Amino acid sequence: MHPRRAYSLGMARTLFDKVWERHVVHEEDGEPTLLYVDLHLVHEVTSPQAFDGLRLAGRPVRRPELTVATMDHNVPTLPGPVTDPLARAQLDALRANCEEFGITLHATGSGYEGIVHVIGPELGLTQPGKTIVCGDSHTSTHGAVGALAFGIGTSEVEHVLATQTLPQKRPKTMLLEFIGALPAGLTAKDMILGAIGRLGVDGGVGYVVEYAGEAVRGLSMEQRMTICNMSIEWGARAGMVAPDETTFAYLEGREHAPRGDEWERAVKDWRSLVSDPGAEYDAHVVVDVRELVPQVTWGTNPGMVAPVDGVVPDPASFSDPTDRVAAERALAYMDLRPGQRIDQIRIDRVFIGSCTNSRIEDLRAAAAVVAGRTVDPRVTALVVPGSAQVRRQAQEEGLDRVFTDAGFEWRLAGCSMCLGMNPDVLAPGERCASTSNRNFEGRQGRGGRTHLVSPQMAAAAALHGRFVDVRTLDREPVPA
Amino acid sequence: MKPLRVVTGRVAVLDRPDVDTDQMVPKQFLKRIERTGYGDFLFYDWRYDEDGNERPGFELNRPEFRGATVLLAGRNFGCGSSREHAAWAMQDYGFDAVVAPSFGDIFRTNAAKIGMLAITLPESEVDRLIESVDLDTGSVMTVDLERRVIVAPDGRQVPFEFDEATRHRLLNGLDEIGLTLQHEDAIAAYETAHGIA
Repeated sequence: MHPRRAYSLGMARTLFDKVWERHVVHEEDGEPTLLYVDLHLVHEVTSPQAFDGLRLAGRPVRRPELTVATMDHNVPTLPGPVTDPLARAQLDALRANCEEFGITLHATGSGYEGIVHVIGPELGLTQPGKTIVCGDSHTSTHGAVGALAFGIGTSEVEHVLATQTLPQKRPKTMLLEFIGALPAGLTAKDMILGAIGRLGVDGGVGYVVEYAGEAVRGLSMEQRMTICNMSIEWGARAGMVAPDETTFAYLEGREHAPRGDEWERAVKDWRSLVSDPGAEYDAHVVVDVRELVPQVTWGTNPGMVAPVDGVVPDPASFSDPTDRVAAERALAYMDLRPGQRIDQIRIDRVFIGSCTNSRIEDLRAAAAVVAGRTVDPRVTALVVPGSAQVRRQAQEEGLDRVFTDAGFEWRLAGCSMCLGMNPDVLAPGERCASTSNRNFEGRQGRGGRTHLVSPQMAAAAALHGRFVDVRTLDREPVPA
Repeated sequence: MKPLRVVTGRVAVLDRPDVDTDQMVPKQFLKRIERTGYGDFLFYDWRYDEDGNERPGFELNRPEFRGATVLLAGRNFGCGSSREHAAWAMQDYGFDAVVAPSFGDIFRTNAAKIGMLAITLPESEVDRLIESVDLDTGSVMTVDLERRVIVAPDGRQVPFEFDEATRHRLLNGLDEIGLTLQHEDAIAAYETAHGIA
């Protein structure tokens, strides 16, 4: 424990140190630090028990104005009422709780609903230097603007509602440096999947990771969100990217972003949110993006990943006996053979969506691959925009037509098949190329088989009915 | 919350790495708005086949692991989703303590909040504990939070580390929100200093 570390003036500090120290409410030896929460995002699945807890104890929500709710996990993506009675009850509970406690709710049909990690940045609620929490592990997404953002459980949701603070042990820090310039056809999704494949699904446990390096600087805001989103997939507490001109350009003019003089003052302050030269991290790892090839997961966690021009690995080649058994189990579940070429794996379904890859740039990138081509007749392909706003913008740009002309279904916003809490699920044995974040057993439907890929790779897989290398798509034979 | 000092009971073994919270409570059971009753859904897809029959091959279905209150698990236990339903399900099923080489951060925090012990030991030590479990008749183990020691089935005493503030809270069954609200003045001062009216 080192609760009072690195406070002295003049000491080189990391981005994380700076954001953490700004939010310390109370500290004493042997106790966790009490940290102030600037923004608390709420959705229907992990909040009802927290609101019940408040009622039971007779406690109010301390800062309803710093709390924002949306409906995303349960909502159907086809028009019409919610027919599942349990889902409906959960959505009704959120509506009633927000009314009772005075919390702004972006309900289905409001025009501003969507996946909680898409609407936060899109509304400009997500800002550099903020502390942001949500009862959802992919809250790490918001770190892309230089916020300290992490997922919490329902007991912690109740704690934040009641106190606007969280007791936290100071995590360790790690610098993940992506060196080199990202080759054409590669995306942020390939960077983070490639990194997790090398560092392991528990490689980040206990750390807040700062993503840096030339390849990160070159990424758009939305691509940075893809990287930070998957921080939890290698166990990290949070992921962060230092804010820069890309960040400011993204935020300027958004609904909740500061305006006028306030904007100028904010940007001046945000410019200070970078790690000082010589700042020390508890760990430092480097990934050279020039070595990366489009990534496809073959197993049942995001670290079980291979390049599209590679093969399914042989479990016997794993040196750790635990890893070997886990790989054997994964191959049995995925119905794959060691040595099988990744680009010979046939798929039944394609899902383009989720808080990882459902923003406007993701849809543009996928649409560019799809334009003028046709989905393989054996494939059912789904595009689920991350928010109602993303959906509107895509329609204004004609992307919906590009997708539907090719044979994709164009759906309403929500989490959808990323976790299959709504009717969008895989049938047992179905195999899906998915732009989401988790390929766990049964994640997209009991017995379903998930392969994680970038939006471009998912789009290409839809056209060919198997995985193809998006870098050489034009040279692929037209499917029979 | 009830004070939690010592857990003594039957031990079960789930020696798999990276067990994620999606497995502990599959998504179809997250739509309930209650906090109780999740034990029936714990590891649902691993415990039951498509027809709802128990799968005899799954570890927790072994007769000698029935009624276990302590679980010995693999590294990175509880990774993935933040769903506290996973911790609720473990506790409702009967587990009061889980011992593993490492845990998913959010799961470990959730466990601490609801009064379930998530105890980290070196992988070699967890392996030794697993080896000491009698797979034919079952074994009993003690996890003593007060003394911070595990008593293995073979009687060996294994000390463990545990965050002191969390230990104090669990031993005394304290409400954490109540503890934080003792710092109400500090929270109000922070808000005033930062223009949060």
